[in-house]
Amino acid sequence: MKKMIDSEKNKQMNKEALISLGLYLFFFIWWYGFAYGLGLQDIEDYSYIMGMPSWFFFSCIMGYLVISFGTWFVVRKFFVEIPLDEEKSSLNKRDRGGK
Amino acid sequence: MVNFQMIIPLILYLVFIFSIALYSKRKSSKVSGEGFIEEYFIGGRSMGGFVLAMTLIATYSSASSFVGGPGVAYSLGFGWILLAMIQVPTAFLTLGILGKKLAVVSRKIKAVTVTDFLRARYKNDGVVILSSIAILLFFMAAMVAQFIGGAKLFEGITGYHYYVGLILFGITVIVYTTIGGFRAVALTDAIQGIIMIFATIFLLMGILRAGGGIDNIMAKIAQTNPEALTPTAGGKISQPFILSFWVLVGFGVLGLPQTTVRCMGFKDSKSLHNAMIVGTFVVGFLMLGMHLIGVLGSVVVPGLEGDGAIPGITVKVMHPILAGIFIAGPLAAIMSTVDSMLILASAAIIRDLYLNYGSKNVSLEKLSKMSFITTGIIGVLAFILAINPPSLIVWINLFAFGGLQAAFLWPTILGLYWKKANAMGAISSMVAGVGSFIYFTITEIKFIGMHQIVQTLIISLLAFVIGAYFGKKPDEDTIKLFWG
Repeated sequence: MKKMIDSEKNKQMNKEALISLGLYLFFFIWWYGFAYGLGLQDIEDYSYIMGMPSWFFFSCIMGYLVISFGTWFVVRKFFVEIPLDEEKSSLNKRDRGGK
Repeated sequence: MVNFQMIIPLILYLVFIFSIALYSKRKSSKVSGEGFIEEYFIGGRSMGGFVLAMTLIATYSSASSFVGGPGVAYSLGFGWILLAMIQVPTAFLTLGILGKKLAVVSRKIKAVTVTDFLRARYKNDGVVILSSIAILLFFMAAMVAQFIGGAKLFEGITGYHYYVGLILFGITVIVYTTIGGFRAVALTDAIQGIIMIFATIFLLMGILRAGGGIDNIMAKIAQTNPEALTPTAGGKISQPFILSFWVLVGFGVLGLPQTTVRCMGFKDSKSLHNAMIVGTFVVGFLMLGMHLIGVLGSVVVPGLEGDGAIPGITVKVMHPILAGIFIAGPLAAIMSTVDSMLILASAAIIRDLYLNYGSKNVSLEKLSKMSFITTGIIGVLAFILAINPPSLIVWINLFAFGGLQAAFLWPTILGLYWKKANAMGAISSMVAGVGSFIYFTITEIKFIGMHQIVQTLIISLLAFVIGAYFGKKPDEDTIKLFWG
């Protein structure tokens, strides 16, 4: 775990909050784009993937996989394990079960 | 159609829940001295990633995710699944934006409630009292509504009377929350989350088998109700309406105290990271699965309606013992929503009101006894109100979900990320937010067909900024405490 002073911690936390917001926006665009991009045409013109309308397949089924994988990727790549306690002091009575 | 086979897995499940509460109780009685409050109300900040993810999901998936939502999907089709998917990224957004910052701050100030955090940030009695009242009032109404939903569902599936269900799971949730505190709430939430996952898998498999496979079912939908294949349900789901759910069950969830408090209770950064990944994966599975069941069910088991759809499908396509496991799913969702509110309402009284404004010097023994009793009394009160629900409670519940967001969203987020945020801003935002939400809901004033929460949150944001401009700046100590 990295040692950080408060201002560095804050900078990192702000960065992570912005990244989370960015991923959120990305999912929104994916969700919206496929649903209304493919779904607003005539029903007769729909194409189907695995039995489901293609807009649904891409927006919801693929969207689900994309956001699950996206979260995994973003957390692994950009999130840093920072200590949450101010400093390790003897005042900390409870053993937090560290490794 | 009283069915005994269904009751067996349910009873076993409730017994299991009780044993978890006893385990938590044993853990908490080991904690001595000042640790009691931290243990009882926040579980000693010891949640790991999996438990954090599950408790977050279980708390915000209530009766509506398991019964209400899929019931609408049953009649409207794929468009409503599209709407349900909006909830999927909410877990990582909440944890990503609030998680670490709140965890760090709440450890510094030893906060165990959202009000604790607001008190430290704004140093203002008005904020403390307003937020305690909002929590008590809205949670009470929401708990009663959840009790009613659960008992009705129980009646629909098992055929036993409304009161039997109410007594069975009402007492369960009150007892385990009272004796086990937050730790029991989080652990049972985790178990309940697992039950929900299995319930979804079993029912999805059941319906696919009963309908003769996905292609068969889809062909039938295309034949009988082609509008169900469109994202707008043939014009019934407008774009402004569905988009406003990105606020109501998306961004706005960051303001819900029952969500926020979970960001104070996890063990370390690693738990948070894992919870973001697991939480997104699981909530997506539940939303997609349950609502798909609703849509597919509309042709496999036709002729049902609304809240009756999921119970009806369950009884039809599943073996009674599996149905018993399934009914544990939504009941689990309901109990896990109630338990979080119960413990928070109790914390509002003990921690936020009594310890601040009542007695300052209270012995630990008395404090722990009072905490147990308060939790118990609130639970019993909600239970009694659910037996014969007064219309006032039903009415308040209309405002509960949005009202909590209106009250807490900006004071929480801006308190963490805006140095100029101050007490005047927070109070104006809470008053204007809750006030305008109630007003818009009663008068049904909507902006281009969006849910009222959108305009409400814009107003409460403006009120915050204007209030902050006129109010006193936060002092040096506060800035230092929150930003180092």
